[in-house]
Amino acid sequence: MPGVPTAWFLLLGAILFTIGAVGVLVRRNVLIVLMCVELMLNAVNLTFVALSRELSSLTGQIFVFFVIVVAAVEVAVGLAILVELNRLRQTADVDEVSELKG
Amino acid sequence: MLHAIWVVIALPLAGVLLNGLLGRHLGRAFVSIVGVGVVGAAFALGAWSMADLAALPEAQRTLTLTLWDWITIGNLQVPLALRADALSLWMVLVVSGVGFLIHLYSVGYMQHEDARMFARFFAYLNLFVASMLLLVLADNYLLLYVGWELVGACSYLLIGFWFHKRDEEQAPVALLDGTQVALPPNLNPADAGKKAFIVNRIGDFGFALGVFLIWSTFGTLNFSAVFDAAPQAPAAVLTAITLLLFMGAVGKSAQLPLSVWLPDAMAGPTPVSALIHAATMVTAGVYMVARSHVLYDLAPGSALVVALVGGITALYAAAVALVQVDLKRILAYSTISQLGYMFVAVGVGAYAAGLFHLTTHAFFKALLFLAAGSVMHALHEVIDIRRMGGLRRKMPLTWLTFLIGALALAGFPLTAGFFSKDEILLKAFVFSPWLWALGLATALLTAFYTFRALFVAFTGQPRDWPLYEKAHESPAIMTLPLAVLAILALLGGVLGLPAVLGAPNLIAEWLAPVFGAHGAAAKHEVSVAMEWLLLGISAAVALAGIALAYWFYVVRTDIPARLAVALRPAFTFLANKCYLDDGYDAVCVQGGRQLAQWLAQGLDKAAIDGIIDGGARLLARGGARLTQFEDGHIPHYALGMFVGALLLVIYLVIR
Repeated sequence: MPGVPTAWFLLLGAILFTIGAVGVLVRRNVLIVLMCVELMLNAVNLTFVALSRELSSLTGQIFVFFVIVVAAVEVAVGLAILVELNRLRQTADVDEVSELKG
Repeated sequence: MLHAIWVVIALPLAGVLLNGLLGRHLGRAFVSIVGVGVVGAAFALGAWSMADLAALPEAQRTLTLTLWDWITIGNLQVPLALRADALSLWMVLVVSGVGFLIHLYSVGYMQHEDARMFARFFAYLNLFVASMLLLVLADNYLLLYVGWELVGACSYLLIGFWFHKRDEEQAPVALLDGTQVALPPNLNPADAGKKAFIVNRIGDFGFALGVFLIWSTFGTLNFSAVFDAAPQAPAAVLTAITLLLFMGAVGKSAQLPLSVWLPDAMAGPTPVSALIHAATMVTAGVYMVARSHVLYDLAPGSALVVALVGGITALYAAAVALVQVDLKRILAYSTISQLGYMFVAVGVGAYAAGLFHLTTHAFFKALLFLAAGSVMHALHEVIDIRRMGGLRRKMPLTWLTFLIGALALAGFPLTAGFFSKDEILLKAFVFSPWLWALGLATALLTAFYTFRALFVAFTGQPRDWPLYEKAHESPAIMTLPLAVLAILALLGGVLGLPAVLGAPNLIAEWLAPVFGAHGAAAKHEVSVAMEWLLLGISAAVALAGIALAYWFYVVRTDIPARLAVALRPAFTFLANKCYLDDGYDAVCVQGGRQLAQWLAQGLDKAAIDGIIDGGARLLARGGARLTQFEDGHIPHYALGMFVGALLLVIYLVIR
């Protein structure tokens, strides 16, 4: 099969996922965290799509649509929370918000 | 009348109900008439029944009266049945007869109590008589046990009758060399009652086990059925049964090592000491062994234990009585000692002799106690013989009756105590000369301590003049029972004259249908000359004891004082009751307390509570530790999630 080998897509997906995960863990701005979550989701999407092509199966691509929908919903809810948080606390720093401790 | 023997028990029970429920509203006269009357009526009916029984041929002299089924569970059938035979009716007469006289005396003695206490006293006393009659009339071991426990409960109630009193210190004995020997205090009535009850529980525990063993061995508790089946039972089982039953007797009859409760029981009112703790209840053990004579005959080992415990107790108690200064306690130790004699008798198989001594002892010991009570009454509760002296002149009737009682107790020739004690010594001699020697030594001590008390309290010069001046003779209602008992103590010997005098032994003949021939005659008779010799030795020993007491306490009063200095360790040892109470206190009371302390602190609190508390603490601390993961920082949660996912992936990969 011509073109870019599947392994590269997978490698790129893994790199993007890792960047996203590290970003979720280390960044303090909620907006950035949400963007990193998006990055992780899209890394997974890339993996799905790559494997879908490799295996000639549409299941992976259908999954991707679902993920995109969920990601859109997530962004809507996440941004709403972010706006509300900013209005309440005048901050977007996740470390400032730790009321939900056990 | 024989078929309505239950009335004998029902009468005092009716007295309990009347006096207990209505007594305090109806006045002293009513309480007295009911309280004394029902016991008197019980005595009359008992005598009537005895006459009826005597009219029957000897072989038929056992009547069983089944009132109703009491317990029916599977194979266990225990009817409420009474047994009227020569032995039980004899005991009925002794209990109700002596009981009647003591009830009469109590009317005078308890006169100073308020109406409520007066009624309560007679209700308790009647309850005791009813329980004791149930004990002796019972036809099976369980009913006997019921009576046995009921008299114990009455004993507890009556010892603690003056429950508000405190411990009484006893003045120390000042010796000639200027030093003092401290005496243990007299226990307060409430504690004394508890002590009596608890010590008795130990014995009753054995008794109950004995009853269980009888049932599991024979499948019945009925006396006749058990005795009929006994010869087929294995010897070891019979020995166990008889020893366990004897354990109950040791508690009830205050033998070593459970003798400690009886002296403290003297904290109760004196009529109680006379009736329960001298004449009747404490002899229940002797009655029980005599009743179970078939079993003891088949278990010679147990019988030997009975005789030995009796003999050793007799000597021990007589020795302790030598140095007591409390008149009632002297008599209490004397009771323990005389009960020892009775156990020697029943232990060597001389059941009739044991019952004979039980009877005469009931007469003369009740007499001595009532006379002592008369003294206490006159001296306003003073009981220390060191504060008495010369009372002979103030209280002639009490003095005379006490003298007669003392003569009988000492075994002065021809008194009731002489014949009954001699009978026992003779049977003991036939059994073993060593046992006889033990009894003889006890007899010497008995004569000595009895007359020591008599000489110190009644003769010589008053030691406490103000007290002496106040002393007065007791009212007729108290002296009349004294006089009747004195006559019985003097002449009671005719009931069981020794064979050597050629007269019939009435009590042995009367009891022969129960005990069989061996109860009347020793297994190996001694020669007539030997019997005369033993009789002479007994008389000589009694006289020697009395003479020695006279020499020590009337002629040369300095001798006992000098002896106390010379034999100071022995004196202190005896004055402290051979440290038996202290031993129990150290081992059982303190030991028990420390064990309980250890169980409470060490086992319960540290170990058992520790496991529960430790588990709770572990969870609480673990939870506290775990909450630290939930600090509310989203990145931390996310890290946890990623680490978890990573681990999951690693697991899936390397699986």
